[in-house]
Amino acid sequence: MTIMSMWGYANPKRFMGWTGPVLPWAFGGAAVCLSVGLIWGFFFTPDELRQGSTVKIIYLHVPAALMAINAWIMMLVTSLIWLVRRHHVSALAAKAAAPVGVAMTLIALATGAIWGQPMWGTYWAWDPRLTSFLILFLFYLGYMALWAAIDDPDTAADLTSVLCMVGSVFALLSRYAVNFWNQGLHQGASLSLDKEENVADVFYQPLLFAIAGFVLLFFALVLMRTRTEIRIRRLRALIRREGQ
Amino acid sequence: MIALLRRDLMLATRAGGGFGLGLVFFLIVVVLVPFGVGPETAILSRIAPGILWVAALLAALLSLDRIFALDHEDGTLTLLATAPIPLEAVAVVKAAAHWLTTGVPLAIAAPVLGVLLHLDPSAFVLVIVTLLLGTPALSVIGTFGAALTVGVRRGGLLLSLIVLPLYVPTLIFGAEAVRRGVDGLDPATPLLMLGGITAGAVALLPFATAAVLRMNLR
Repeated sequence: MTIMSMWGYANPKRFMGWTGPVLPWAFGGAAVCLSVGLIWGFFFTPDELRQGSTVKIIYLHVPAALMAINAWIMMLVTSLIWLVRRHHVSALAAKAAAPVGVAMTLIALATGAIWGQPMWGTYWAWDPRLTSFLILFLFYLGYMALWAAIDDPDTAADLTSVLCMVGSVFALLSRYAVNFWNQGLHQGASLSLDKEENVADVFYQPLLFAIAGFVLLFFALVLMRTRTEIRIRRLRALIRREGQ
Repeated sequence: MIALLRRDLMLATRAGGGFGLGLVFFLIVVVLVPFGVGPETAILSRIAPGILWVAALLAALLSLDRIFALDHEDGTLTLLATAPIPLEAVAVVKAAAHWLTTGVPLAIAAPVLGVLLHLDPSAFVLVIVTLLLGTPALSVIGTFGAALTVGVRRGGLLLSLIVLPLYVPTLIFGAEAVRRGVDGLDPATPLLMLGGITAGAVALLPFATAAVLRMNLR
């Protein structure tokens, strides 16, 4: 057996072939990690000294916010692959990831608001982080609306790819522009790879499980939605052929 | 290129071109605000910079779908694509024409409307400067959005959904600069950032616009 290059997996037929068996494992892994992380986090960690039990929303908020940004980056990468190498699966994966990214953004915004009410005394503040997330949410909506508006799938893939690239530049710009409001209610990064953690170990370990669960969940959902898109594409081709 | 610019300017200013519509819209939005928030001088002069910027942004948005739509319908765009000048240049010219017919008049009219909102007179110059500096970015970004949606039927709503988030950084720095001027602070930093956004957008986005136009014309 010859070793397949990485691009070989982008062939629609091969893609369907390997994602089929992987999908249940991804969903299963997501379910296991999420239930371990969430149950451990919700029921078997102590209440934090000042925040009480509200701190436990971190197990939804942080992973969702993480994936909301990563989803856009993933869309950017797959869009670039589509523009350069014209793998249809790549464009479809970007299309499939957008609604998942919106859901993650919404979860992050909603959990943040729920936590903000008792802690900051307000559901919403025009704070840099919150605002840039809201703008990211709008970007997702515009991106999805453009996909929905164009009939020809190749043109739609091209146009949305360019929009995704331009959008990521402006998303970054908005991220730094909103710093001008200068009233950081939102705390800094709680997790990082190189610095010492701000989060105590008791909370940190279940959080890792929750993050892994969200990553797997995102992976599984995107795979599933991409498979659906491929099937839609095939069906359309079949209908067109039968119609002739 | 100059001929194309002249043609676009002429089309925009002649009857039915929609020139002035943006200005009237700008006026109406600004007039509506005191009805909405109440006519107290203190509140109005406090929010005047933001209102002027938001209204200018909406007025610029109003005329965006005209940039390519008519040319696309009658086939001019196809001709332009095969013309000896590169499509990137067409994109720049279109954006320039849009800026000259909306951005510049808006910037000049803004202080007049600022009077209606009790804007601090010391900020008049700053309003003109920020609008002159920021509206080119609005035009270039808008041209990109118009090129994206040129093939879409009833693309107007979609256009605003795509373009408005892209306008956010420009709006933030533009309004921030005026606000700092009103408060007596140094507006240099947001002004420089605003200029940077405009310079970057003018330099890079025409390439994206041209690429998108080619995809749409394929």
